[in-house]
Amino acid sequence: MDENKSYLYDFIKGLWKENPVLVQLLGMCPTLAVTNAVENAIAMSVAVVFVLTASAIIISLIRKLIPAQVRIASYIVVIATFVTMADRYLAAFYPAQSKALGPFIPLIVVNCIILGRMEAFASKNGVFRSILDALGMSFGFAIALLLMSSFREILGNGTWLNMRVLGSWWDNWMVMILPPGAFLTLGTIVGVSRFIQTKLKKA
Amino acid sequence: MDLLIIFVSALLINNFVLSYFLGICPFLGVSNKLSSAVSMGMAVTFVMTITAVVTWPIYHLILAPYHLEFLEIVSFILVIASLVQFVEMFIRKTSEAIYDALGIYLPLITTNCAILGFALIAVLKNYTYIETIVFGVGAGLGFTLALVIMAGIREELDFADVPESLKGPGITLLVAGILALAFMGFAGLIK
Repeated sequence: MDENKSYLYDFIKGLWKENPVLVQLLGMCPTLAVTNAVENAIAMSVAVVFVLTASAIIISLIRKLIPAQVRIASYIVVIATFVTMADRYLAAFYPAQSKALGPFIPLIVVNCIILGRMEAFASKNGVFRSILDALGMSFGFAIALLLMSSFREILGNGTWLNMRVLGSWWDNWMVMILPPGAFLTLGTIVGVSRFIQTKLKKA
Repeated sequence: MDLLIIFVSALLINNFVLSYFLGICPFLGVSNKLSSAVSMGMAVTFVMTITAVVTWPIYHLILAPYHLEFLEIVSFILVIASLVQFVEMFIRKTSEAIYDALGIYLPLITTNCAILGFALIAVLKNYTYIETIVFGVGAGLGFTLALVIMAGIREELDFADVPESLKGPGITLLVAGILALAFMGFAGLIK
């Protein structure tokens, strides 16, 4: 594999083949909790893109200075710093979103996707490749979140990003916006994406 | 009376797993065997109670008086990480069997969002010290309850004829959805 190709692969593997949510089943808590409206899913995705990329830059820069025994603690401190920044920014400029997401912005600290990428990739690779990997993974996360929230908001409320898409004949499926709808939607999407992937492998 | 309401509400109505979506990773990961589900639930309840005891004074006696609320996330996560380390050492010394059963999942309590989420929610709700501890015990037991019910269902599910692509996480999530529907029935319990 030549250089360019491997750089490209660093980025695109997170989108589908190693999609953190649909394939690796990481970061399920925010995926289930914030996808009751597309608006919330977008706010969450932006926060994750920022935190994951910024922490990947810092960790890959200082990876040779961190002693192996305390690496997890150091990752958490770096991640927590960026999460605090994202949390304060959201609270100051978008108070409505910050309120809707509740404790889930601070909870990005313990999101397994971020810690997982630090451990598996940023601590072993250079800055440029770590950025590509972080962007790919966080876009993969964003894609899964958008998919989930679109299904839930359209079926549950008849709207998409607060725009009416289904006519007044549509009876809102309230359950899709409530907690059970999150589990049912994610279960279906995971099942369908596995089905497609096994079909692709056979082909 | 208030304490009872907080306890029941954390246990059933606002169940951490099925209604707040906290602690989904261990919920999916450790719920395939009843025995490990029970010990995981107990470990989480124990850590959550100690978290309640420790984080309330940190926030209300140190951070809030000096207007350092923005350090909430960093300080909570460090306290929880060291607590989990302590619990792990304690279990390794006292019970080889439980240690073997929980294996990899014990260190993962650090990144279990139920624990940090609980500490953050308790601050948001502005509970007193006693209320926070009761809330912690209730939330931990609620987590255990959801995990144990799920493990019971999954042990039966092993004998069911599930479509290939739904096996594992897919069917578990669908079952969790139905379980969450059932738990919504508790919503009328407290007005």
